[in-house]
Amino acid sequence: MSAPLLSVDGLRVGFNTEGGLVQAVDGVSFDLRPGEVLAIVGESGSGKSVTAQTIIGLTRSPNARIEGSVKLDGEELVEASDTALRRLRGERVAMVFQDPMTSFNPVYRIGAQIAEAIQAHRGDVGKAEARARAIALLDSVGIPDAERRARDYPHEFSGGMRQRAMIAMALALEPEVLIADEPTTALDVTIQAQILALLEQLNRERQLATILITHDLGVVAEVADRVLVMYAGRVVEQGTLDEIFYDPQHPYTWGLLGSLTRLDRPRPQRLPQISGAPPSLLELPEGCAFRPRCPHEFSKCPQQPPLEARLTEAPGHCDRCWLDPERKREKRQVAGQIGLEAPAP
Amino acid sequence: MPAAAQPEAPTAVGGAVPDRGPWSQAARRFLRNRTAVAFLGLFVLIVLFVLAAPLWADNVAHTGPNETHTLEKLTIDGEKRDVVNPEGQPIGPVGFGAGGKFFLGADSRLGRDEMVRLMYGGRTSLLVGFGSALITVSLAIVLALLAGYYRGWVDTVIARTLDVLWSLPVLLIGLALGVVLAVGGLKIGPLELSGGSLWIPILIISFVTVPYVARPLRGEVLALSEKEFVEAAVAQGAGPLRLMFGEILPNLGSTIIVFFTLTIANNMLFEAGLSFLGAGVQPPNSSWGTMISIGEGLLTTQPLLAIIPGVMIMLTVLALNIVGDGLRDALDPRSKVRLEAHAGVVEPRGASV
Amino acid sequence: MGRFIARRLVGMLVVLFAVSVLVFLIFNVVPNSPPAQRLAGKNATPVLVKSIEEEWGFDDSLPQQYLSMMEKVFTGELTSYEPRIPVDETIVEGIPATLSLSIGAGVIWLFFGLLLGYVSAIRAGGWLDKLLTGVSIAGISIPVFLLAPVLIYFLTYKIELFPNGGYVPITEDPWGWFTHLILPWFTVAVLSIGFYSRVLRSNMLDAMNEDYVRTARAKGLSERKVMTRHVLRNSLIPIVTLFGLDFGATVAGTAIITEKLYSLQGVGLYAAEAAEKFELPPIMGVTLYGAFFVVFVNALVDIAYAYLDPRVRLGTSAQ
Repeated sequence: MSAPLLSVDGLRVGFNTEGGLVQAVDGVSFDLRPGEVLAIVGESGSGKSVTAQTIIGLTRSPNARIEGSVKLDGEELVEASDTALRRLRGERVAMVFQDPMTSFNPVYRIGAQIAEAIQAHRGDVGKAEARARAIALLDSVGIPDAERRARDYPHEFSGGMRQRAMIAMALALEPEVLIADEPTTALDVTIQAQILALLEQLNRERQLATILITHDLGVVAEVADRVLVMYAGRVVEQGTLDEIFYDPQHPYTWGLLGSLTRLDRPRPQRLPQISGAPPSLLELPEGCAFRPRCPHEFSKCPQQPPLEARLTEAPGHCDRCWLDPERKREKRQVAGQIGLEAPAP
Repeated sequence: MPAAAQPEAPTAVGGAVPDRGPWSQAARRFLRNRTAVAFLGLFVLIVLFVLAAPLWADNVAHTGPNETHTLEKLTIDGEKRDVVNPEGQPIGPVGFGAGGKFFLGADSRLGRDEMVRLMYGGRTSLLVGFGSALITVSLAIVLALLAGYYRGWVDTVIARTLDVLWSLPVLLIGLALGVVLAVGGLKIGPLELSGGSLWIPILIISFVTVPYVARPLRGEVLALSEKEFVEAAVAQGAGPLRLMFGEILPNLGSTIIVFFTLTIANNMLFEAGLSFLGAGVQPPNSSWGTMISIGEGLLTTQPLLAIIPGVMIMLTVLALNIVGDGLRDALDPRSKVRLEAHAGVVEPRGASV
Repeated sequence: MGRFIARRLVGMLVVLFAVSVLVFLIFNVVPNSPPAQRLAGKNATPVLVKSIEEEWGFDDSLPQQYLSMMEKVFTGELTSYEPRIPVDETIVEGIPATLSLSIGAGVIWLFFGLLLGYVSAIRAGGWLDKLLTGVSIAGISIPVFLLAPVLIYFLTYKIELFPNGGYVPITEDPWGWFTHLILPWFTVAVLSIGFYSRVLRSNMLDAMNEDYVRTARAKGLSERKVMTRHVLRNSLIPIVTLFGLDFGATVAGTAIITEKLYSLQGVGLYAAEAAEKFELPPIMGVTLYGAFFVVFVNALVDIAYAYLDPRVRLGTSAQ
């Protein structure tokens, strides 16, 4: 097994707000190997975007408290200088954001914005050459008539093409890691499939290590090698794609899986949901954060469960639930499939 | 799509559920803003100052704002001095030397008591400012509601007209109207006003300022009329009047309050400018603006005659601007950037089933 | 872009027509007195009034009156009645002073306003920002007719640092032109410096929260490039519009008061003197031409804005 390219260890990110200290990320650790696709899954407020943005230092601000370690090829990033971070942004770690319409500057042409990314890191590249490279990049992500379209403005592109252009811009300097923060959420379902196919192709052809952030398990099933499930700023389960989908260990994961509508099962009477809502990060329950929504809560839960591998045959598969594995296998079956029943009223 | 996991929708909901009504919350926020409260106090003082005009005039200065004392003499600390000297120069500030008469001196060769005039003039300035603001905001509300609610051609007509009027030079139009109406008086249907009526500057200023308030209000009405509570009211069978005045208008409340305050300030400045040019308040009425005009001629000998009314205008306008800003901060704290405590929408337990 | 310009200019003509009708209404329809009497002014003789009546055709129908009035104005036949001087000649004579005042003040307030706004935004929340905000609020509240008398009294009379009013054409004496305009420039600019710095500060703070700024940082651009090429560039666009509108408003508004206070022989002073004497023809002319000027500048501003913001120029997105 190759050495990890990106190594996150005990990352904690807190923000000072009017209501108090909000711990958006509370002890997240994972490794990313070259060529691997890691999916981070969770609802709004789970801390997945903050984790990703912290990797390249976008969350640095006077009211942010960042602790822990992020190592890119051994180089520590959490304490790195702004100059060092700037040099690796785009060059070694690139990021693609959720809404391509607002992520491009509306008053500059697309080609110019891509060229800007190139020239920011390669001082020796002239304007004409940068433009030419931008056109080639647009072409490589499947944008037809790239030379003409490079002169267009963002609002003249369709949603899917804009996202392709964003991806092209991210690849401009051939980074080692691509972080995609909800890249398909703002797009039509049909376009989503195209973008995912593109990301998968890039990962295959260039061995591009990818962190894919999403709330949609369907997307995860398409492209991920490993999965991290986050809730209220903590990792509640992590493992390979098969482990998570076929042997999930945490009730929250059961709930996510159970709410997927599947073509191979009869139509449910009502769309299943996880009842309740994510907690306010200012008022977290004591112990396991999922308790208020979990029908399987028992006496040990007020104690914070540690993230541990509890299955001897799968040492890489960790979770944060006190239930022992046999009870889990029992309880996760709801109406013949994996799911989460509503808690008792 | 899994229905349990919600997409990353940006919201700015704070953590705890509010336990007091929004108005009292806003009031407490305002009171915490010490600068705004201080300037509110200043404004109140100014209002009290001008309200005290008759008291001062009767009991201290023993004269009215328009009574001339050109040929009289004043006894100050035993010495007799001309109110207006033979070259036509009025006497300067006397303080309490003559028991309060001519406290700020005389205003011109007409020998009127400047302090009394300052107080009475202030009444006019505040009255014109406040009255015209009332009319402006009322008209703006009606226009905005009509345009935003009915949309279609009603909105197009109103919006275009407002756009054109808004883009015109207000002082120039006000000047033209002011001069023409001062000479000719006003007659619209049964309404007849003489050229010297105080209503004329009030009406002129009101109309000219309407676009400044109506345009932003219209924008808000348009935004509000798309919201669900309006749809709900329509579904209940509410007619246009109830929708406009019962549903939309209450939600404009905080915007209207802030606009009203700022409009008073704006209109007072406008009145001062018009009156300074002679196209606003007409004799025998006087305002701080007309006083500046008179004082301008005596700037080198008695500079205070021009400067003091100007200072009064500035203090009033400043106070209103700061209070208006404070009201805006208190009533709409969303305008400040707030860090999210959590991004999900808080629902009571079980509501999602 | 060409089509946009054409459409805008046509719109402008429509507005000009509406403005002329408005002026006509103001002068001839709204008031409640015999029009000829009004026009004749304070010391009107019956003979004068009669001749005015014939000249202007007040017995005709309203549309006819409108046409007569427009004809008089645009063929240079509009005259004040005492003394009998053609209005447009006087206006033309006053233009250099008015433009000198307005353009000079505009340049000053734009430069300093934007400078202060940029600094406030960069150092948002700090003591410098708070100080500048306070200064801005004070600046917005100091009316021209307070500032000018104070400046005139202290800086031209008490200490004779500057000349006491009057306008000197630049062709005659460039230095004199300059020194006579310094105080008026400052008086007009102070108001707007505060306002513009707050607008730029607000625009920049909004822009800094935009997604495309986050993208720019994620691309690895230096902070300086992020600020200038993304934040500042986008923040300045609305200011172009604002400046155009303000410039028009200054020429046709603030300049009047300022010219009167400083005795600058511009179009504004002409209007102010006519107002004092209740002389209508000059006011009619100045109002009409002034409004036309503003409408024209507004059209230019719209065109400039379309040039700067491609979303406006090119219409909505193409699929």
